Amino acid sequence: MTDKQPIPGTTLFDGAEAMKGYALNKMCYSFNSRENRDAFQADEEAYMAKYGLNEQQKQAVRDKIVLDMIAAGGNIYYLAKLAGIYALSVQDVGAQQTGMTLDNFKEMLVRQGA
Amino acid sequence: MAQIVGGLTSSHIPAVGNAVAKELFDDPYWKPFFDGYPPVRNWLAEVKPDIAVVIYNDHGLNFFLDKQPTFAIGAAPEYRNQDEGWGIPTIAPFKGAPAFSWHIIESVIADEFDLVTCQEMAVDHGFCVPMQLFWPTYEDLGIRTIPVCINTVQHPFPSPKRCYKLGQAIGRAIESYPEDLKVVIVGTGGMSHQLDGQRAGFINKKFDELCMDKIVDDPAYFLDMSINGLVREAGAQGVEFILWLTMRGALTGTVKELYRNYHIPISNTGAGMLCLENQA
Repeated sequence: MTDKQPIPGTTLFDGAEAMKGYALNKMCYSFNSRENRDAFQADEEAYMAKYGLNEQQKQAVRDKIVLDMIAAGGNIYYLAKLAGIYALSVQDVGAQQTGMTLDNFKEMLVRQGA
Repeated sequence: MAQIVGGLTSSHIPAVGNAVAKELFDDPYWKPFFDGYPPVRNWLAEVKPDIAVVIYNDHGLNFFLDKQPTFAIGAAPEYRNQDEGWGIPTIAPFKGAPAFSWHIIESVIADEFDLVTCQEMAVDHGFCVPMQLFWPTYEDLGIRTIPVCINTVQHPFPSPKRCYKLGQAIGRAIESYPEDLKVVIVGTGGMSHQLDGQRAGFINKKFDELCMDKIVDDPAYFLDMSINGLVREAGAQGVEFILWLTMRGALTGTVKELYRNYHIPISNTGAGMLCLENQA
């Protein structure tokens, strides 16, 4: 790999991230099942403990801050399943990560087509 | 002998699955996107392919990080769509073509691409959305499918060149199948988009247009790009363009563009569609 220049605002989910985030991503993967989504919502702390999340991961989930989840090793494809539980769309998630309002974020998407 | 009649590409955005379920075809937001597909459906109705080989990426439905294959192929009689966790209605299963799958597996592994083989495989929006768009009545038509899944979840991803060469190997495999079947290759995903990080919302129209132009006549243009380079140009998830390149690798004949469509934004994505004819 010759091209390892960092890309601003981007965390490449590689082996190091995959090891760091394993418990968090495994929990989010479990949300493919309705039963598991319900169990999480019934008792979030117990559910996070069951999957062995570390404190950084738990706090990111409690705060619902996507950038913190990524910093804790979360992968966006699995995190999207957690966002789904809170009925957040990828525009909501994008707005949160970029610090924009939802309307401004959507407008930014449209503008790129001009 | 089996014959590759063409290649299709389509973005596979989950929100499209919801829009199809709600029949938002004439909704002002969706119309410019959906309007791209009817001409291709007409072409498909005329050509009548028997088999669709669908190059896609799993987004955490069939595979988790406990086992994350770089290249995997289905060899199942049927592929089921399942709950992905965020509310897209689950759709009817797709028919497989297991004997054809095993022929591809034999040929491609002999060709030094060591695929993971799957006799059970759940297919997510990455596979289902393009199938629904190109074959809305797929259940009645009985089109048979062969899913080929490429890792775009956990780096390192296979390079553009490696994917193109896999496509070439798949193309050779298909054309050596003894039955007279018509095959279409579907490259899904893309185009530019990024969902994660402070760069979320990134779309690159100029690069998408370049991709749509070059992939028709000059796919070699992309073969020395690195994955990082592709992430930089197309966004963290726009890297799915490697799936388009895999499709293009399988088109071994003379390729002619029949239809294209491009629209920004659908969800967070530059949405692109191509229909390519492959003449022996």
